[in-house]
Amino acid sequence: MWVKCTACRELVYKKELTDNLKVCPKCGHHMRMSAHEWIGLLDAGSFSEMDANLLPTDPLGFVSLGESYAEKLTTSQQRTGMPDAVLSGLGTIGGGRLALAVGDFAFMGSSMGSVYGEKMARSAERAADLGIPLLTINTSGGARQQEGVIALMQMAKVTMALTRLADAGQPHIALMVDPCYGGVTASYPSVADVIIAEPGANIGFAGKRLIEQIMRQKLPAGFQTAEFMLEHGMIDMVVERNQLPATIGRLIRLYGVRRDPVEQLINSIPYLNGRA
Amino acid sequence: MDETTNPTEAQELTPWDRVQMARHPQRPHTLDYIAALCEDFTELHGDRRFGDDAAIVGGLATFAERTVMMIGHQKGSDTRENMKRNFGMSHPEGYRKAQRLMRHAEKFGIPVICFVDTPAADPKKESEERGQGNAIAESILVMTNLRTPIVAAVIGEGGSGGALALSVADRILMQENAIFSVAPPEAAASILWRDSAKAPDAARALKLTAQDLYGLRIIDEVVSEPTGGAHQSPQEAITTLGARIRAHLDAISQIEIPTLLSQRYQKYRVIGQYHEA
Repeated sequence: MWVKCTACRELVYKKELTDNLKVCPKCGHHMRMSAHEWIGLLDAGSFSEMDANLLPTDPLGFVSLGESYAEKLTTSQQRTGMPDAVLSGLGTIGGGRLALAVGDFAFMGSSMGSVYGEKMARSAERAADLGIPLLTINTSGGARQQEGVIALMQMAKVTMALTRLADAGQPHIALMVDPCYGGVTASYPSVADVIIAEPGANIGFAGKRLIEQIMRQKLPAGFQTAEFMLEHGMIDMVVERNQLPATIGRLIRLYGVRRDPVEQLINSIPYLNGRA
Repeated sequence: MDETTNPTEAQELTPWDRVQMARHPQRPHTLDYIAALCEDFTELHGDRRFGDDAAIVGGLATFAERTVMMIGHQKGSDTRENMKRNFGMSHPEGYRKAQRLMRHAEKFGIPVICFVDTPAADPKKESEERGQGNAIAESILVMTNLRTPIVAAVIGEGGSGGALALSVADRILMQENAIFSVAPPEAAASILWRDSAKAPDAARALKLTAQDLYGLRIIDEVVSEPTGGAHQSPQEAITTLGARIRAHLDAISQIEIPTLLSQRYQKYRVIGQYHEA
């Protein structure tokens, strides 16, 4: 019924919050959303999920503090209802078609492992094949340590797959939302064609705690926020959540994508039906 | 766990032993390799944006009878030099210098050889202000697209993103006591074991040795070191690695660029282990 805003600590009527796209009506704080909630950015009913059948494994047989990565995955899957951190597929915004891939911080901090990387790579290649833009919504604690160097390499793999989108002349629009750190910030979204961030989102490479405690540096107010990134020339714009559909819709029109319904397109391309 | 830590018994080295060896202060560094293997080395400086980072060095040289662009992380051999080199931890300007030199090599059809040896990218607030995430991301992007052969050799610590920024290549070699990790074992231990003293456990779990990476098919070759490690006989270690770099460079130099790029694409595209239901 009532939810406490994580920023201003005021009580907000839950329905009011949901209607306001989980932006606090009292203080404007942009709360974190699940991957499924982010689908609400698209035109209603336009989303069709792809690659839902990709499941994580435990390639290193990783165990720490008596808990295995496999067990941790099961817990996260049960808690979120998602197989891994990324939800991907096709949809439209303002009638313009696009491929979408969005991370869910509730799933192990949306850390980037094999499934995350594979879904991003397939999204990029699919967008290239279909001749449509790719929108990624990026939140992450960084590379998934339990997958070791395989996780690290996803930084290169996703970047590599995106070259195919570039060759197809289609844009990658990256939305960075709170929080976004580590190997994700240091790879594909930071080289997107347009980089958008939400107001107040914490975005950076090295974590604040590391800088303050290990490097012993005092951090100025606003350090590593979206506004800080804008001021330092690292992103294109800071956009309020309720302005995102209009902004992204405008960008898609500017990049000149056709506006046929996604349905038609799926049925007209045979490989999509049989493709895993 | 009764494994010996006697470094002459190579088969019985633990991952933590390898970490120590990879970090050994007497291990040869990038400039040692360049001095021994190349002629006419001409160091180039600056990122044309902000400054010149001493943690990454690069320049033109003659190697294996051709001109190459040598680039690498540079640690110091003593405390004073380490202060100058920031222990091989580069700020954004170091990665931007590397990008510039790689594009320069591409322009002239010159192959690129990267030596990888860094604990991490510099994590200070100044690096964040100058866009460390962007710098690493752009380095990765430049290397994915670079229309010239690239060989990367991990000669010490492959410290996470800061190392990856110089390792996206057609061939990746690792010396047998080098490491390549998603995170420093101490950091992983702190996060996943809630105790940075558990670094040896983290080192084992992370699968960061050259043998691990070869088994995971992420690297192309494990290059042997002299008995006791590279720090015991630096010249021998350098000569051995030099010969292997040359062999791989010769092989990839025969491949037409479009095919080379297509192979590089596949090399990275297939990394990842997941189940398709």
